[in-house]
Amino acid sequence: MSEGKRTQPLLSVNDIHVYYGAIHAIKGVSFEVYQDEIVTLIGANGAGKSTTLNTITGLLRPKQGSITLKGENVTTLPSHKMISRGIALCPEGRRIFQQMTVRENLEMGGYTRQAGEIAASIEEMFTRFPRLKEREKQIAGTLSGGEQQMLAMARALMSKPNLLMLDEPSMGLAPILVEQIFSIIQELHGAGVTILLVEQNAQMALSVADRAYVLETGHITMEGKADELLHNDDVRRAYLGS
Amino acid sequence: MIFLDNLVNGISLGSIYAIIALGYTMVYGIAKMLNFAHGDVIMMGAYIAFCALQYWNLPPFLALVVAMLACTVMGVVIEGLAYRPLRQAASLAVLITAIGMSYLLQNLALMIWGANPKSFPSSMISIPTISLFGGQLKIAGATLVTILANIVIMVALTLFTSKTKTGKAMRCVSEDRGAASLMGINVNRTISITFAIGSALAAVAGILLCSSYPTLQPTTGSMPGIKAFTAAVFGGIGSIPGAMLGGLLLGVIEIFGKAYISTELGDAIVFAVLIIVLLVKPAGLLGKTVREKV
Repeated sequence: MSEGKRTQPLLSVNDIHVYYGAIHAIKGVSFEVYQDEIVTLIGANGAGKSTTLNTITGLLRPKQGSITLKGENVTTLPSHKMISRGIALCPEGRRIFQQMTVRENLEMGGYTRQAGEIAASIEEMFTRFPRLKEREKQIAGTLSGGEQQMLAMARALMSKPNLLMLDEPSMGLAPILVEQIFSIIQELHGAGVTILLVEQNAQMALSVADRAYVLETGHITMEGKADELLHNDDVRRAYLGS
Repeated sequence: MIFLDNLVNGISLGSIYAIIALGYTMVYGIAKMLNFAHGDVIMMGAYIAFCALQYWNLPPFLALVVAMLACTVMGVVIEGLAYRPLRQAASLAVLITAIGMSYLLQNLALMIWGANPKSFPSSMISIPTISLFGGQLKIAGATLVTILANIVIMVALTLFTSKTKTGKAMRCVSEDRGAASLMGINVNRTISITFAIGSALAAVAGILLCSSYPTLQPTTGSMPGIKAFTAAVFGGIGSIPGAMLGGLLLGVIEIFGKAYISTELGDAIVFAVLIIVLLVKPAGLLGKTVREKV
């Protein structure tokens, strides 16, 4: 993948600036994601990682800059149209529909697909996440944190995305669950899903990713191959605590 | 038998409150705003049905359809013109706009139909009064239709929100607008549909209200609107069964309060009960307080 830059990127973020009212949260961020990569954005709390993902999906609008998907400008596309372009976001804090059942959550994940295809996809999700099968009729708000994360990922996968964006999938989970989530990410990647991963757990993120970008207070300060960044002294000091 | 008489009247009035409260609660649940113009859409619906019966000589069923269609269009237009541009604005701005819309509709009615009250034609519901227990309990046709309509609407709405794709999308938007749009749900369109349904129900409520209480004037919708809003809060605003329960209880309490305690204090009793319920259960009778899980 490292030399894939000659081909057209799947997703390209070009010099975007995003504001929350008067606060300039993203100050000219640019990066690319190529087909079949795992790319990670790492950085401290408040660096602008989630803001970047929310801007890509159209939940926030950049004041400047553009976002292109396979060469098509999607900067002003409404967020509900992004999913049919093959982009799914598994948002920070999971944001599953707490008052709906597990099965209904999955159905909503397949909202844009034909009714006939949804049942088969739900079965696929139950094979990948057997715990969800056990909880099928349960109200999602009663699931444990780890189960909710799995549901959020399965719900995002229900649209059969080409690019899956994961926002802090390990947040608040026990170490054993974090391992599980990351092995699922690798499985999905093996199944042909391109992944853009935002993480505070830089160690885990860098160990599964192909390439990485370091985000600091709205700027990209470093980029490169994930294993190189994993051994970079500055990165180790700032994000890996060694 | 007076007790049963009062109970039936209470359920009938409560059914009207419940149908109006559904409009408040659905719009609140999905658009997160209090549409204080809802009561006036009811009044407009009643006027349109009045015109259809009196001036255009339409049969009752067609009058109902015309009133429902007109109110649906009215609701969608009000939402699109007045509320949608304020989607990102402070909730106070939306609330004030809704109050303004309420007065706009009242004045519009005043302009078109004048200030003199109209007598709503009894030909709308021509079912005869039913006598039970050898004539000791009489149930008016309008009362019967009101109670039945309430049951049908309740069942239909419950099925709609639990079984259909659009209904489920409404529940998603109600819970988390951002997450809903990530699923591919068009939030604006879903809110429009909610206004359409709420306003169509307002037309039904207006016709039922004026069939039981036939004085029709531009302020006809105000008091029932406020009572129904109270009913929605009472039952737990945002909850469809809550609006039903709140509406029915409010109607029964109001009628009993007036019959057994004091006619003058009837409304005060209703609101006193509301205050007590909210002190004990701030989310309303069936309102949910959702806790976040980490």
